[in-house]
Amino acid sequence: MRTLYKFHGGVHPPGNKTPSTQQPISAAPLPAKLIVPFRQHAGEAAKPVVQVGDHVLKGQLIGEPVGFVSSAVHAPTSGTITVIDMQPVAHPSGLPDLCATLIPDGKDEWFLREASDYRTLPAEELRHRLRMAGIVGLGGAVFPSDIKLRPLRNHPNKEIGTLILNGAECEPWITCDDMLMRERAAGIVQGAEMLRSMLEAKEVLIGIEDNKPEAIAAMHRAVADGGLPFEVVTVPTVYPGGGAKQLIRVLTGLEVPSGKLPTDIGVQCFNVATVYSAWRAIAHGEPLVSRVVTVTGNVRRPGNYEALIGTPLSELIALGEPLPDTDSHIMGGPMMGMPLPSTSVPLVKASNCIIAAAKKLFPAPPPALPCIRCTRCAQVCPAELQPMDLFWFAQSKNFGQAQAFSLFDCIECGACSYVCPSHIPLVQYFRFAKSEIRMREQDKLAADRARERHEYREFRIEREKREKAERLAAKEKAAQAAKPVEPPAVAINPDATPETTAQMKIQAAIEHAKEQAAAIKPKNTENLSAEQLAEIAEIEARRARMREMAKSDVEPPKE
Amino acid sequence: MLSALLVMSIIAIALGAVLGYSAIKFRVEGNPLADKIDAILPQTQCGQCGYPGCRPYADAIANGEADINLCPPGGEEGIKKLADLLGVEFKPFGSGAEPKPKAVAFIDENTCIGCTLCLQACPVDAIVGAAKQMHTIIASECTGCELCLPPCPVDCISMESIGENLENWKWRYPVYALQPANTVGRESA
Ligand code: SF4
Ligand code: SF4
Ligand code: SF4
Ligand code: SF4
Repeated sequence: MRTLYKFHGGVHPPGNKTPSTQQPISAAPLPAKLIVPFRQHAGEAAKPVVQVGDHVLKGQLIGEPVGFVSSAVHAPTSGTITVIDMQPVAHPSGLPDLCATLIPDGKDEWFLREASDYRTLPAEELRHRLRMAGIVGLGGAVFPSDIKLRPLRNHPNKEIGTLILNGAECEPWITCDDMLMRERAAGIVQGAEMLRSMLEAKEVLIGIEDNKPEAIAAMHRAVADGGLPFEVVTVPTVYPGGGAKQLIRVLTGLEVPSGKLPTDIGVQCFNVATVYSAWRAIAHGEPLVSRVVTVTGNVRRPGNYEALIGTPLSELIALGEPLPDTDSHIMGGPMMGMPLPSTSVPLVKASNCIIAAAKKLFPAPPPALPCIRCTRCAQVCPAELQPMDLFWFAQSKNFGQAQAFSLFDCIECGACSYVCPSHIPLVQYFRFAKSEIRMREQDKLAADRARERHEYREFRIEREKREKAERLAAKEKAAQAAKPVEPPAVAINPDATPETTAQMKIQAAIEHAKEQAAAIKPKNTENLSAEQLAEIAEIEARRARMREMAKSDVEPPKE
Repeated sequence: MLSALLVMSIIAIALGAVLGYSAIKFRVEGNPLADKIDAILPQTQCGQCGYPGCRPYADAIANGEADINLCPPGGEEGIKKLADLLGVEFKPFGSGAEPKPKAVAFIDENTCIGCTLCLQACPVDAIVGAAKQMHTIIASECTGCELCLPPCPVDCISMESIGENLENWKWRYPVYALQPANTVGRESA
């Protein structure tokens, strides 16, 4: 039995997971229209590679990755791309983003699927395939997985000792990973072995919270069936035990230092759903075109659905049969999720759960009161921060201090807001401060670039001036040196300064061009009928007249 | 008595010499205060402050010749930072010097006659083109200074406001007071 460690803080919100685990994952019906955003991953948005009107097959690339941190986007089913434009997406801003609208043809016909054995492929090729299959972290961060699988050359810690599979799923209401582990444990375990071989990790730990006994049993079975030396570890249920840093701490006792990545301490962590889709991508050649999503909350039939990326959320919510008093919707869990601007937005790779919310389930928070410095937030903060101080700095826009107090170590888990007796929306202040700081850093970079360019331009102008002056001086000198040698009588043109010769040359060139122009006759006027010739003459005459008129128009001085 | 005076004056002369020497030897190139001020200024290089660029304005502030509230692109934030740095009171903008929303220049490429006049006006070389060739703007480098607008003889340059998109969107400052409780989350998000 492995010794487990504890991370600091944590809370125990009611789980509410049972209702949505009563029925197996079912496939959501094919919607009438799919809206596929090109930005579904962290980093640069994908670049569209299809045009309006194109017929695409299921799994065909429609957006290719641009830049290092980016991923691909695929057609979720076969059909026709009817529009590529800005559509509302699931983003806290409610702003639209570039999406492709696909009208399915109902055949659900796959594009070429190349199944392969990962053991026969080099890691480099596997990474490329994962990138082109659009595999990103399905736990919610949607960070491209291929980047997390890079070899650690030029790195102080040159190898990954431990690969962790994150099946903790600590957030209340969400059960998609739970159901996936129950039903598709074999694929997850095989995927884990594939990732392990890519990373050359020594051990694999699968962390699952103890509120999912069925999933734990299923994973145990799959590991035993596969004959693999993986360890399925039951971890205590505490929010946010599924945070990467927290799970690493619980399983290994290692602390990821502030501002560092897990790889810096020789650990890498993947969500179980990500591992499963990576396995599908390589072993079955299926890019990420669907995901399991929990539909729960104020609905009659909560459950998990395997839905195509791009399915309008309203159709998924309808599958759960929402109760009439549903008044809003949350994407993600109640702790870290976000209110949806509208239910017409499409399902994206990051959508793990959709909660129909009603007042009786999620009562509106009472108005915020001043902070009484009770330090309860600091007691529960898993990142061991001082949220009340961070709040103070964020509220007064004292961003420098907020950063000095490790604002960027905050994982936005919401545990502090959850316990705050004054109901202060602490996380919102932290998000505000973080995005403000990020923006400022960007502005600063832009300003530095502008300064550099401006200084270079001044330098260039200065240099051009100097060079011109030098050239002139040199010419003058040469002219003066040349004069006494050259007997005036021999000179063709006695006052030929370099400038006038240049002008003469230009004049000569212009004349030559004119001669040439005159010599060339219109090519298509040879065998024309008399009628046509007369017409041409008439047109020429008209043109001449107009030229005359234009000239006389210009001549009178304007006042 | 005399020897004491002598010793003191020798010490004074020696220290004076050291100070004088180090003043020459360790002389700081440029003006460090102006550098700090320049680091705060937005580098739009628009000249709205009345100086031919950010650096000259920074020099003028450092020399006490200019006020701190003359740079509209820097916004009130900029004034606050300058006030902090210089230890003076915050001053609001004077009339007519309000900051504008961020924008980049856009050249209507069908109208451009390739006169190169805008090219010469751009302080950050954000316009590419050559004589009689269509010109275009490198949007990522354009600071939005508007200096290229007046020289264009065919008025083909316009300023396009950048607006809010998913790349530059920021979380709002949470506002809670005096709002119906059920819209709180949405309004502030
Ligand atoms: S829990 Fe709330 S009231 Fe208590 S110290 Fe933290 S922010 Fe202040
Ligand atoms: S939201 Fe941030 S500050 Fe609050 S408990 Fe979580 S990690 Fe700590
Ligand atoms: S007004 Fe323009 S030129 Fe002057 S400091 Fe501000 S950005 Fe620079
Ligand atoms: S392109 Fe025009 S607006 Fe943009 S930086 Fe250059 S001169 Fe200023």
